[in-house]
Amino acid sequence: MVATGLAIVRLRNLFAVVMLTGIFSLLGAAIYVIMDAVDVAFTEAAVGAGASTVLMLGTLALTTSQEKVKPGSNNLLAFVLVVITGGILIYGTFDMPHYGEATAPVHNHVAPHYLEKSTAEIDLPNVVTSVLASYRGYDTLGETFVIFTAAAGVLAIIGRGRRPSRSPRAPQPAKAPRDGLERRGIRGRRANDHDPSDTTGGASS
Amino acid sequence: MNTRMQQKVVLRVVSKFLIPFILLFALYVQWHGDFGPGGGFQAGVIFAAGFILYALIYGVERTRQVIPAWVTRSLLSVGVLLYSGVGVATLLMGGEFLNYSVLAHVPTHGQHLGVLLVEAGVGITVFSAMTTIFIAFAGQDS
Repeated sequence: MVATGLAIVRLRNLFAVVMLTGIFSLLGAAIYVIMDAVDVAFTEAAVGAGASTVLMLGTLALTTSQEKVKPGSNNLLAFVLVVITGGILIYGTFDMPHYGEATAPVHNHVAPHYLEKSTAEIDLPNVVTSVLASYRGYDTLGETFVIFTAAAGVLAIIGRGRRPSRSPRAPQPAKAPRDGLERRGIRGRRANDHDPSDTTGGASS
Repeated sequence: MNTRMQQKVVLRVVSKFLIPFILLFALYVQWHGDFGPGGGFQAGVIFAAGFILYALIYGVERTRQVIPAWVTRSLLSVGVLLYSGVGVATLLMGGEFLNYSVLAHVPTHGQHLGVLLVEAGVGITVFSAMTTIFIAFAGQDS
């Protein structure tokens, strides 16, 4: 994971960076599996390695896949700041109880109640689900609202149809007509700003 | 997203084979979350992955024919409304907000029902959010 992180920092090709972040998430998921947190690992693999990678690739397709490096900007101040913050964070972990320690506060607050009473109160075999959906129903409702807000925000910013292309994308080949299997292989030499009525739902997507 | 990917026969055929299984697996993860790892979040993402794969291979326009914009957009709110609706229902039935025990005569049955509905709401919202965001991005360059 450290090697992947360093490679992400060093690489300038954003396509490779996106792929490496996917690998990073997958390694994180593997660590969660080792720590017996299958539900979290599942989410990490699906969201971190799967969906977000695809979304980042979609963004790259819209923008560029090469990072612009400003010459002469070595940002020593930023580096010092990052080192100090990281040092403080690592220092903070020294106070944390060791992994799996029985006297850790997390095991003595509400967790015993969840584990012991879950069968009587919720009666679901998967305690994670009963904690997530029932005991912590407010939190999950909040998370759902977060996701809803994210999608609504994306829709508000870029969801309002497509404007006529401001910058002509010269290197792109002309769009092939997308009306079915039978047109496969026939590169339609249609103009890029073809009739908007054949892009179904174009104005409303 | 790009036209070259839509012309690869192997990709088209294999994805057509895979998509039903992806959707089925998502449903399994959704409804089996009470018994094993999984639940609404993961299932929503996997279900969306099926549609995103379709959009990658067949293009955004055809995906929009399969699942129009108004469907994903209303599902987005349906999920949240289902979740909070369960909360309001528990309020009306004399319990606290999101206290599912009052949903049925036996408290644990009420909990089962509540968890199931809530997870369904989460799954619906996550699925439509992922699909909406991806199509909003991928639909830009076409």
